[in-house]
Amino acid sequence: MSPPISSRCARAAAVVGAAAALAACDGPQAALDPAGPDAEAISTIAWVMFGGAAIVFIVVLVAVAWALRARRAREGRGLIIAGGVVFPLVVLTALLVFGLTVSSRINAEPDDALTIRVTGKQWWWQVDYLDAGEPVLTTANDIVVPVGAPVRFVLTTDDVIHSFWVPSLGGKLDMIPGRINETVLQADVAGAYRGQCAEFCGDQHALMAFTVAATDDFAAWLAAQQRPAAEPVTDLEARGAALFLENGCGACHTIRGTDADGTIGPDLTHVGGRPTIAAGTLPNNQGTLAGWIADAQAIKPGARMPSFDRLAGPELRALAAYLASLE
Amino acid sequence: MTVARRLVSTGVAASLLLAAGCDRDAAPQTRIVADGDPGHGRQLIAEVACGVCHIIPGVRGAAGTVGPSLAGFAERNLIAGVLPNTPSELARWVRDAPSLVPETAMPPMPLSEDEAVNVAAYLLTLR
Ligand code: HEC
Ligand code: HEC
Ligand SMILES: [Cu+2]
Repeated sequence: MSPPISSRCARAAAVVGAAAALAACDGPQAALDPAGPDAEAISTIAWVMFGGAAIVFIVVLVAVAWALRARRAREGRGLIIAGGVVFPLVVLTALLVFGLTVSSRINAEPDDALTIRVTGKQWWWQVDYLDAGEPVLTTANDIVVPVGAPVRFVLTTDDVIHSFWVPSLGGKLDMIPGRINETVLQADVAGAYRGQCAEFCGDQHALMAFTVAATDDFAAWLAAQQRPAAEPVTDLEARGAALFLENGCGACHTIRGTDADGTIGPDLTHVGGRPTIAAGTLPNNQGTLAGWIADAQAIKPGARMPSFDRLAGPELRALAAYLASLE
Repeated sequence: MTVARRLVSTGVAASLLLAAGCDRDAAPQTRIVADGDPGHGRQLIAEVACGVCHIIPGVRGAAGTVGPSLAGFAERNLIAGVLPNTPSELARWVRDAPSLVPETAMPPMPLSEDEAVNVAAYLLTLR
């Protein structure tokens, strides 16, 4: 006898639902697709817990079915002690020992790891590369790390609580006002990973993302980033550089090598080389740069950057061309 | 981890099947006016984010008001009020508007010539 339609539908819906949920589980932001030792340990624990729970669940169901079918009542004392005390004690102890052993691999303190300080701000991330505690490079939102090496992240905030999370690389850690939290992450596979603020922090919390790119050529990247901004080459770029100062952008943004030295917004010295703008919100190209400058408040309402909606068309393009040239 | 992999790929397959049936934003296929692949064009429009400046029907999140809405663009006679709205002019425009109208606010966009043809093809499905 085939099951009634409604239960068949329910079953199909459950299967499809579970499948759809799992489908989102690889790609640049996926705890189930680990790319480093911490994430690997976390996902191993998750799968073992899941498997263990599934087995226990099945055993319980079988026991229930068996009890329902049994003709006469049984003397159950021995069974209750075995199933209700001994079994959970053994299983939970085993899982606890396993969990503690595996998680001791997480956050192992390396001796001399590269240190990056990330400061959460509504709604973007300031990124400082530190040497002996002093910043040697300030950038934003798009973090670059060496592949296969542990990196110590020193996490703090300038305003409210944020949470720093790169699911493909490891667990999340809160950024708490007045405190400094530390975590160590390592990317074993070169590539770009996506992170996301994981603690509600105001209107644009959902648009507070970032990227972590793991590269083989970290030293070259760092050296290039430490150089001051490129000089404008074309007339359009030169006009953009002048407009940047005339419009007061320098009150909030720094471009090293120019008079712009503001610190309210992201450092733009090498903004043209970053994959995203506005904290992972938009891809980075002249169009999105111009659109952001003209209408930041429509894209990210409440962000601490005004819309510059009184610029003429060619002025807007000049600013975008200049910023795009700052690789 | 093979179990995980298999689960994930089953999930992907199932949700592809699901998604195939319910893509109500899909580019209308009935009247293709231009050469090029409007479906790919729509994807490119989303990738380079033309939507920061334009309202573009069928492209998720494309709600910008810096430039004009592109709703009904296939019915438009002129591009930016200056150029005839033909597939080839439009393909040039979406790639490098300032070379056609120097005073425009629309920057050159990171599209190859072929990609621009596809983008134009999508815009010319908007009725
Ligand atoms: C009142 C301060 C302020 C002024 C003035 C200002 N900005 Fe910003 N800007 C910000 C803040 C804050 C952000 C980060 C917003 C976010 O992502 O939440 C930002 C982000 C940006 C970004 C994206 C950077 C990135 O890496 O994500 C660009 C580009 C930019 N501003 C350009 C400009 C230009 C050009 C001007 C002048 C026309 C300007 N800004 C004026 C505060 C300001
Ligand atoms: C920085 C904002 C900006 C971006 C990004 C942008 N545009 Fe535009 N676009 C404009 C503006 C402003 C106009 C009006 C230009 C004019 O009239 O000179 C325009 C005009 C147009 C027109 C002609 C509209 C009309 O009513 O005649 C089309 C078509 C167009 N854009 C397509 C695109 C496509 C496709 C993209 C992405 C590849 C794109 N735009 C990206 C600002 C932008
Ligand atoms: Cu946040």
